[in-house]
Amino acid sequence: MADLTTDFLGIRSPNPFWLASAPPTDKEYNVRRAFEAGWGGVVWKTLGAEGPPVVNVNGPRYGVIHGADRRVLGLNNIELITDRPLEVNLEEMARVKADYPDRALIASIMVPCEEEAWKAILPRVAETNADGIELNFGCPHGMSERGMGSAVGQVPEYIEMVTRWCKQYYDRPVIVKLTPNITDIRKPAAAARNGGADAVSLINTINSITSVDLDSFSPEPSIDGKGSHGGYCGPAVKPIALSMVSEIARHEATRGLPISGIGGVTTWRDAAEFMALGCGTVQVCTAAMTYGFRIVEEMCAGLSTWMDEKGYRNVSDFVGRAVPNVTDWKNLNLNYVAKARIDQDLCIKCGRCYAACEDTSHQAIAMKPGRVFEVIDAECVACNLCVDVCPVENCIDMVPMAAGSTDPRTGRVVSPEHADWTTHPNNPAAQAAE
Amino acid sequence: MPTTTTPGIAAGRLPSDMLAENFLDLHPPMSAHEAQVAADRCYFCHDAPCVTACPTGIDIPLFIREIGAGRPDAAAREIFEANILGGMCARVCPTEVLCEGACVREAAEGRPVEIGRLQRHATDELMSRQGHPFARAAATGKRVAVVGAGPAGLACAHRLALKGHEVVILEGAPKPGGLNEYGIAAYKTVDDFAAREADWIIGVGGIEIRHGRWLGRDFTLDELTSDYDAVFLGMGLGGVNALEVEGAQLEGTGDAVGFISELRQAGDLSALPVGRRVVVIGGGMTAVDCAVQSKALGAEEVTIVYRRERAKMGASCYEQDLAASRGVRLVFEAMPVRLIGDDRLEAVEFEYTEAGPEGLRGTGETFRLAADQLFRAVGQTLGTVEGVETAHGKIVTQGSGRTNLDKVWAGGDCALGGDDLTVTAVAQGRDAAEDIHSMLTG
Repeated sequence: MADLTTDFLGIRSPNPFWLASAPPTDKEYNVRRAFEAGWGGVVWKTLGAEGPPVVNVNGPRYGVIHGADRRVLGLNNIELITDRPLEVNLEEMARVKADYPDRALIASIMVPCEEEAWKAILPRVAETNADGIELNFGCPHGMSERGMGSAVGQVPEYIEMVTRWCKQYYDRPVIVKLTPNITDIRKPAAAARNGGADAVSLINTINSITSVDLDSFSPEPSIDGKGSHGGYCGPAVKPIALSMVSEIARHEATRGLPISGIGGVTTWRDAAEFMALGCGTVQVCTAAMTYGFRIVEEMCAGLSTWMDEKGYRNVSDFVGRAVPNVTDWKNLNLNYVAKARIDQDLCIKCGRCYAACEDTSHQAIAMKPGRVFEVIDAECVACNLCVDVCPVENCIDMVPMAAGSTDPRTGRVVSPEHADWTTHPNNPAAQAAE
Repeated sequence: MPTTTTPGIAAGRLPSDMLAENFLDLHPPMSAHEAQVAADRCYFCHDAPCVTACPTGIDIPLFIREIGAGRPDAAAREIFEANILGGMCARVCPTEVLCEGACVREAAEGRPVEIGRLQRHATDELMSRQGHPFARAAATGKRVAVVGAGPAGLACAHRLALKGHEVVILEGAPKPGGLNEYGIAAYKTVDDFAAREADWIIGVGGIEIRHGRWLGRDFTLDELTSDYDAVFLGMGLGGVNALEVEGAQLEGTGDAVGFISELRQAGDLSALPVGRRVVVIGGGMTAVDCAVQSKALGAEEVTIVYRRERAKMGASCYEQDLAASRGVRLVFEAMPVRLIGDDRLEAVEFEYTEAGPEGLRGTGETFRLAADQLFRAVGQTLGTVEGVETAHGKIVTQGSGRTNLDKVWAGGDCALGGDDLTVTAVAQGRDAAEDIHSMLTG
């Protein structure tokens, strides 16, 4: 039986599934229930500075993108950080941590970009005995208008500065949560590392308007006929998050920096993919908001059985295994030649591959009498669109051509050697092969 | 109070609440969400097989996509452009042998996209909003006579009216709709849908229906061809075939078409008499509609006896299963040889059959079924229409319904070559209208 125990920055948790700082972790009542349900850790809903609590809108806070059958594919929110008094949150965190010493409890913090503000809150958080802190430099709505959240995360110098204060005034792990609303995720990640961060977590939510009401012409979610961009999350953002995680995992200046992966994790498989790209833990929010806390049971069971099947005894056995395979386009092997192949026994004759290839790709599928669809190898560039649109799993395969065979499209013999853009004759900057 | 076991033929065998339940909508309408989920299952196939399978060629993937995108009204328009009786066809088409039978998901997983119910969802939505989605072209001054207000006649009249022609429909029955109104099981078209649909179709304008006008009794084809610029014959099949066996005149025997018609027009189903033991002779949709409704009225035993093997039965597998699930017994490869009784029918004697080189023949082995009532559902006949060439008891047509007579077209059940389906009749009526229009304006 695989061991899901995770050691992240010295913080141990029985599994790598943490709840992200968000509405599900806003109070003791929820967090206790989350721990009872089996979550390995919780990042408490972001704390603000002492003083009058923040106020939220009194209308809709969430917008949604639905897939078939109203499946939640994407969620956006305009909720601010916790609107409960700081003292109440701190007391609750201390109680919960005392009762669940084996679980990770992280305090998310967002206070103004002033040293005094951080200096004031950090000792109080330390008193709760929380395992670490997460600096919320990510939330893109509301607080960012006041110079916090993503307004900090978008300026690497601020990230570095605040991280340094935190390392100075707090002696437990410091995780910096990054906003994806930037051009190059490597810059803020490097800044965090320069400031002494123990880890980064990403992604926070993405600027978004989920829809526009075509009667009122108000963006959604709509507050009295007006809307403001919210933070987008859920399954729809996972590919963006995976890419950003991979950039940090492989970039020279950030390589080796521990990562807690966030962004659309819904099942064990999503989690395993984030971990394969270098994440020591994953954080979940939308899936828990959609289905409730019990989904962690599926995540633990799924990850555990997959690890057993693959022979991984600990999560560290596979964390980062996919990182070496993420590369730049220029390094991809141009001598790798594949052709689509349609399994006629599995084909249900819908013709979607044909329509896609005709209207988008390379007119490389022939429609023959009896609705038989066949690939024309002399035209097929192996783009994969037919595979992507085919409703039948495994009906269309991309089959690599063996070295030594001739590609009927180009008339060239497939070479066993690797050759890429860096050495390609069409590349003006190509290095002649030695 | 009569019950299901009361001997003879009796009305009121079931309490009214049970009757109401037995005649509920066979395919209840979809909710908007149900339709969204069902629509999402459509793959939007290239050159979709369902469209090919539809006699009216409705662009099914497109209308389903329009439902999925939240515009059932746009979907309905798409449907009605091809088939103005799309509402009725959604209810009565044997979809399992047409569009849904061709659906790639039927091949893939044995569960096709629910095209029929989606079509109903769209058409109900648009029709419930009143008004008519199409506007007529400028008046041409041409006048066309249509004989029969059934599916073929209505489809033809509607398309001609759209083109700007004036149409007069001559209909013998007091209500329009033809078999939709008089010849289809009540549970397939509840809430007076056939009549509502006919009214809605006529609502396009330019169509006048004259009821109580039978061809050959009240007017002749010659009169029509001299009074109108063109004539479309869509009067269906008026006669019913007889059973040529001993005892066929006994009280308790009747024809299925008449029974269904009476049932459809009955204000109170509890006043409609039905036998305790009912035998239906035949193997088509009419036999099933007759048998299932006899059972629904409270008959204790209902048996369909068909002379050929099951695979040859005209009623679709779905209809056969429906009959069986409603408690109707199906007997194959047997033909009636004698009706037994003094004045009233008491039993039917059958002989088993086998297929031989010269056709069907009796095996000599017989059996009897006790019966208070027998319905014939062994086909209908056209009768004669003066001057029109017929073959196999139907009008011979070429191309888009052209008969041997100039200015005369035909379509629907009265014409040769159809398969006696509402949807085929609609296609023929529509295509004849296009052809007539070309001729009138060419």
